[in-house]
Amino acid sequence: MKELTVAATLENLGAVQSFIEQELEQCECPMKAIMQISVAVEEIYVNIAHYAYHPTVGEATVRCEVGGDPVHVTIQFMDSGKPFDPLAKPDADTSLTAEERGIGGLGILMVKRSMDQVDYAYESGKNILTIRKEIC
Amino acid sequence: MTINKIKNDNELTVLLEGRLDTTTAPELETELRQNMEGIECLILDMEELVYLSSAGLRVILGAQKQMNKQGKLLVRHVNDTIMEVFEVTGFTDILTIEN
Repeated sequence: MKELTVAATLENLGAVQSFIEQELEQCECPMKAIMQISVAVEEIYVNIAHYAYHPTVGEATVRCEVGGDPVHVTIQFMDSGKPFDPLAKPDADTSLTAEERGIGGLGILMVKRSMDQVDYAYESGKNILTIRKEIC
Repeated sequence: MTINKIKNDNELTVLLEGRLDTTTAPELETELRQNMEGIECLILDMEELVYLSSAGLRVILGAQKQMNKQGKLLVRHVNDTIMEVFEVTGFTDILTIEN
Protein backbone atom coordinates (compact mmCIF):
# COMPACT_ATOMS: atom_id res chain seq x y z
CA MET A 1 0.00 0.00 0.00
CA LYS A 2 1.34 3.44 -0.92
CA GLU A 3 1.06 6.15 1.64
CA LEU A 4 1.04 9.95 1.87
CA THR A 5 1.05 12.00 5.05
CA VAL A 6 0.23 15.71 4.96
CA ALA A 7 -0.82 18.49 7.29
CA ALA A 8 -4.61 18.20 7.19
CA THR A 9 -5.32 21.56 5.55
CA LEU A 10 -7.44 22.51 2.54
CA GLU A 11 -4.29 23.63 0.75
CA ASN A 12 -3.17 20.00 0.61
CA LEU A 13 -6.33 18.72 -1.08
CA GLY A 14 -4.64 18.98 -4.48
CA ALA A 15 -1.65 16.96 -3.30
CA VAL A 16 -3.90 14.23 -1.89
CA GLN A 17 -5.95 14.04 -5.08
CA SER A 18 -2.84 13.94 -7.29
CA PHE A 19 -1.46 11.10 -5.18
CA ILE A 20 -4.65 9.05 -5.65
CA GLU A 21 -5.06 9.92 -9.33
CA GLN A 22 -1.48 8.84 -10.02
CA GLU A 23 -2.24 5.44 -8.54
CA LEU A 24 -5.44 5.15 -10.57
CA GLU A 25 -3.74 6.04 -13.82
CA GLN A 26 -1.53 2.96 -13.53
CA CYS A 27 -4.54 0.81 -14.25
CA GLU A 28 -6.96 1.54 -17.06
CA CYS A 29 -9.49 3.10 -14.79
CA PRO A 30 -12.53 4.54 -16.62
CA MET A 31 -12.93 8.35 -16.39
CA LYS A 32 -16.24 8.04 -14.60
CA ALA A 33 -14.77 5.88 -11.83
CA ILE A 34 -11.80 8.26 -11.53
CA MET A 35 -14.17 11.16 -10.92
CA GLN A 36 -16.28 9.22 -8.44
CA ILE A 37 -13.20 8.18 -6.49
CA SER A 38 -11.75 11.68 -6.68
CA VAL A 39 -15.00 13.18 -5.38
CA ALA A 40 -15.05 10.64 -2.53
CA VAL A 41 -11.44 11.54 -1.66
CA GLU A 42 -12.30 15.25 -1.66
CA GLU A 43 -15.38 14.81 0.53
CA ILE A 44 -13.57 12.71 3.13
CA TYR A 45 -10.35 14.70 3.15
CA VAL A 46 -12.13 18.08 3.35
CA ASN A 47 -14.11 16.78 6.34
CA ILE A 48 -10.85 15.88 8.10
CA ALA A 49 -9.30 19.25 7.19
CA HIS A 50 -12.32 21.15 8.51
CA TYR A 51 -13.15 19.28 11.67
CA ALA A 52 -10.66 16.66 12.88
CA TYR A 53 -8.25 18.98 14.67
CA HIS A 54 -10.23 22.21 14.75
CA PRO A 55 -9.09 24.81 15.80
CA THR A 56 -5.53 23.46 15.51
CA VAL A 57 -3.90 21.52 12.66
CA GLY A 58 -2.73 17.92 12.67
CA GLU A 59 -1.73 15.26 10.21
CA ALA A 60 -3.73 13.11 7.86
CA THR A 61 -2.43 9.94 6.26
CA VAL A 62 -3.89 8.57 3.05
CA ARG A 63 -3.13 5.05 1.88
CA CYS A 64 -3.97 3.67 -1.50
CA GLU A 65 -3.87 0.24 -3.06
CA VAL A 66 -4.95 -0.74 -6.55
CA GLY A 67 -5.01 -4.34 -7.69
CA GLY A 68 -6.73 -7.69 -7.68
CA ASP A 69 -8.94 -9.36 -10.21
CA PRO A 70 -11.37 -7.75 -10.85
CA VAL A 71 -9.28 -4.63 -10.24
CA HIS A 72 -10.38 -2.64 -7.24
CA VAL A 73 -9.06 0.34 -5.34
CA THR A 74 -8.87 0.58 -1.57
CA ILE A 75 -8.20 3.96 0.03
CA GLN A 76 -7.72 4.53 3.72
CA PHE A 77 -7.84 7.89 5.55
CA MET A 78 -6.33 8.20 9.00
CA ASP A 79 -6.20 11.09 11.45
CA SER A 80 -5.55 11.42 15.17
CA GLY A 81 -8.20 14.09 15.70
CA LYS A 82 -11.50 13.99 17.54
CA PRO A 83 -13.28 10.64 17.22
CA PHE A 84 -15.88 11.10 14.49
CA ASP A 85 -17.85 8.52 12.55
CA PRO A 86 -19.12 10.20 9.38
CA LEU A 87 -21.28 7.16 8.63
CA ALA A 88 -23.27 7.45 11.88
CA LYS A 89 -25.56 10.28 10.78
CA PRO A 90 -28.73 9.45 8.85
CA ASP A 91 -28.43 10.05 5.09
CA ALA A 92 -29.41 13.46 3.70
CA ASP A 93 -33.00 13.39 2.45
CA THR A 94 -32.73 13.62 -1.34
CA SER A 95 -36.48 13.96 -1.84
CA LEU A 96 -36.76 17.47 -0.39
CA THR A 97 -37.39 20.56 -2.51
CA ALA A 98 -34.68 23.17 -3.02
CA GLU A 99 -36.21 25.38 -0.33
CA GLU A 100 -36.24 22.58 2.23
CA ARG A 101 -32.72 21.45 1.51
CA GLY A 102 -29.85 22.13 3.84
CA ILE A 103 -26.27 22.06 2.67
CA GLY A 104 -25.07 19.27 4.95
CA GLY A 105 -24.65 15.56 4.38
CA LEU A 106 -24.42 15.56 0.59
CA GLY A 107 -20.71 14.77 0.51
CA ILE A 108 -20.85 11.64 2.61
CA LEU A 109 -23.99 10.56 0.78
CA MET A 110 -22.09 10.70 -2.51
CA VAL A 111 -19.30 8.65 -0.97
CA LYS A 112 -21.72 5.99 0.27
CA ARG A 113 -23.56 5.72 -3.02
CA SER A 114 -20.58 5.74 -5.37
CA MET A 115 -18.28 3.37 -3.47
CA ASP A 116 -18.86 -0.37 -3.07
CA GLN A 117 -17.83 -0.37 0.56
CA VAL A 118 -17.24 2.29 3.22
CA ASP A 119 -16.06 1.38 6.72
CA TYR A 120 -15.21 3.43 9.78
CA ALA A 121 -13.12 2.36 12.76
CA TYR A 122 -11.56 4.13 15.72
CA GLU A 123 -8.37 2.34 16.71
CA SER A 124 -5.39 3.38 18.85
CA GLY A 125 -6.55 6.99 18.93
CA LYS A 126 -7.06 7.17 15.17
CA ASN A 127 -10.10 7.69 12.97
CA ILE A 128 -9.77 5.22 10.10
CA LEU A 129 -12.13 5.50 7.17
CA THR A 130 -11.74 2.95 4.39
CA ILE A 131 -13.40 3.09 0.98
CA ARG A 132 -13.30 0.42 -1.66
CA LYS A 133 -14.48 0.31 -5.23
CA GLU A 134 -14.23 -2.16 -8.07
CA ILE A 135 -12.98 -0.28 -11.13
CA CYS A 136 -12.61 -2.69 -14.03
CA MET B 1 -11.86 26.38 -13.40
CA THR B 2 -12.80 28.87 -16.10
CA ILE B 3 -16.07 30.78 -15.82
CA ASN B 4 -17.37 32.61 -18.88
CA LYS B 5 -20.48 34.75 -18.85
CA ILE B 6 -22.83 35.88 -21.59
CA LYS B 7 -25.45 38.43 -20.64
CA ASN B 8 -28.49 39.15 -22.74
CA ASP B 9 -30.85 41.63 -21.08
CA ASN B 10 -32.22 39.72 -18.10
CA GLU B 11 -30.77 36.38 -19.18
CA LEU B 12 -27.36 35.29 -17.95
CA THR B 13 -25.53 32.25 -19.31
CA VAL B 14 -22.62 30.99 -17.24
CA LEU B 15 -20.31 28.53 -18.97
CA LEU B 16 -18.38 26.32 -16.58
CA GLU B 17 -15.15 24.70 -17.68
CA GLY B 18 -12.98 22.36 -15.61
CA ARG B 19 -13.48 21.36 -11.99
CA LEU B 20 -16.14 22.66 -9.64
CA ASP B 21 -14.78 21.56 -6.27
CA THR B 22 -13.92 22.78 -2.76
CA THR B 23 -11.23 25.08 -4.15
CA THR B 24 -13.16 26.60 -7.06
CA ALA B 25 -16.77 26.66 -5.78
CA PRO B 26 -16.21 29.98 -3.93
CA GLU B 27 -15.21 31.59 -7.28
CA LEU B 28 -18.51 30.59 -8.85
CA GLU B 29 -20.42 31.72 -5.78
CA THR B 30 -18.80 35.16 -5.98
CA GLU B 31 -19.39 35.44 -9.74
CA LEU B 32 -23.05 34.62 -9.31
CA ARG B 33 -23.55 36.93 -6.36
CA GLN B 34 -22.07 39.83 -8.31
CA ASN B 35 -24.13 39.24 -11.45
CA MET B 36 -27.55 38.05 -10.33
CA GLU B 37 -29.24 41.40 -9.92
CA GLY B 38 -32.19 41.76 -12.28
CA ILE B 39 -31.58 38.33 -13.85
CA GLU B 40 -34.76 36.41 -14.58
CA CYS B 41 -33.21 33.49 -16.40
CA LEU B 42 -29.92 31.98 -15.27
CA ILE B 43 -28.41 29.26 -17.46
CA LEU B 44 -25.58 27.10 -16.19
CA ASP B 45 -23.87 25.46 -19.15
CA MET B 46 -21.92 22.39 -18.05
CA GLU B 47 -20.66 21.15 -21.39
CA GLU B 48 -17.02 21.58 -20.36
CA LEU B 49 -17.44 20.68 -16.70
CA VAL B 50 -15.48 17.54 -15.88
CA TYR B 51 -15.79 17.32 -12.10
CA LEU B 52 -18.39 18.20 -9.48
CA SER B 53 -18.26 17.64 -5.73
CA SER B 54 -20.63 18.61 -2.92
CA ALA B 55 -19.01 22.04 -2.57
CA GLY B 56 -20.17 22.75 -6.14
CA LEU B 57 -23.60 21.29 -5.43
CA ARG B 58 -24.00 23.73 -2.56
CA VAL B 59 -23.39 26.70 -4.84
CA ILE B 60 -25.81 25.29 -7.43
CA LEU B 61 -28.42 24.76 -4.70
CA GLY B 62 -27.94 28.35 -3.54
CA ALA B 63 -28.41 29.58 -7.12
CA GLN B 64 -31.57 27.51 -7.48
CA LYS B 65 -33.02 28.98 -4.27
CA GLN B 66 -32.17 32.49 -5.40
CA MET B 67 -33.67 31.96 -8.86
CA ASN B 68 -36.85 30.50 -7.34
CA LYS B 69 -37.37 34.02 -6.01
CA GLN B 70 -36.51 36.00 -9.12
CA GLY B 71 -37.05 33.79 -12.16
CA LYS B 72 -35.75 30.43 -13.30
CA LEU B 73 -32.55 28.43 -13.47
CA LEU B 74 -31.78 26.12 -16.39
CA VAL B 75 -28.91 23.65 -16.38
CA ARG B 76 -27.65 22.67 -19.82
CA HIS B 77 -25.36 20.13 -21.49
CA VAL B 78 -24.82 17.83 -18.53
CA ASN B 79 -22.55 14.89 -19.34
CA ASP B 80 -23.08 11.35 -18.00
CA THR B 81 -20.57 11.64 -15.17
CA ILE B 82 -22.01 14.89 -13.83
CA MET B 83 -25.57 13.60 -14.35
CA GLU B 84 -24.82 10.69 -12.06
CA VAL B 85 -23.81 13.13 -9.32
CA PHE B 86 -27.16 14.91 -9.76
CA GLU B 87 -29.03 11.60 -9.69
CA VAL B 88 -27.31 10.25 -6.59
CA THR B 89 -28.00 13.45 -4.65
CA GLY B 90 -31.59 13.94 -5.82
CA PHE B 91 -30.65 17.15 -7.66
CA THR B 92 -32.38 15.82 -10.79
CA ASP B 93 -35.66 16.53 -8.96
CA ILE B 94 -34.67 20.06 -7.97
CA LEU B 95 -33.01 21.31 -11.15
CA THR B 96 -34.42 21.89 -14.60
CA ILE B 97 -31.92 20.02 -16.78
CA GLU B 98 -31.99 20.53 -20.55
CA ASN B 99 -29.65 18.51 -22.70
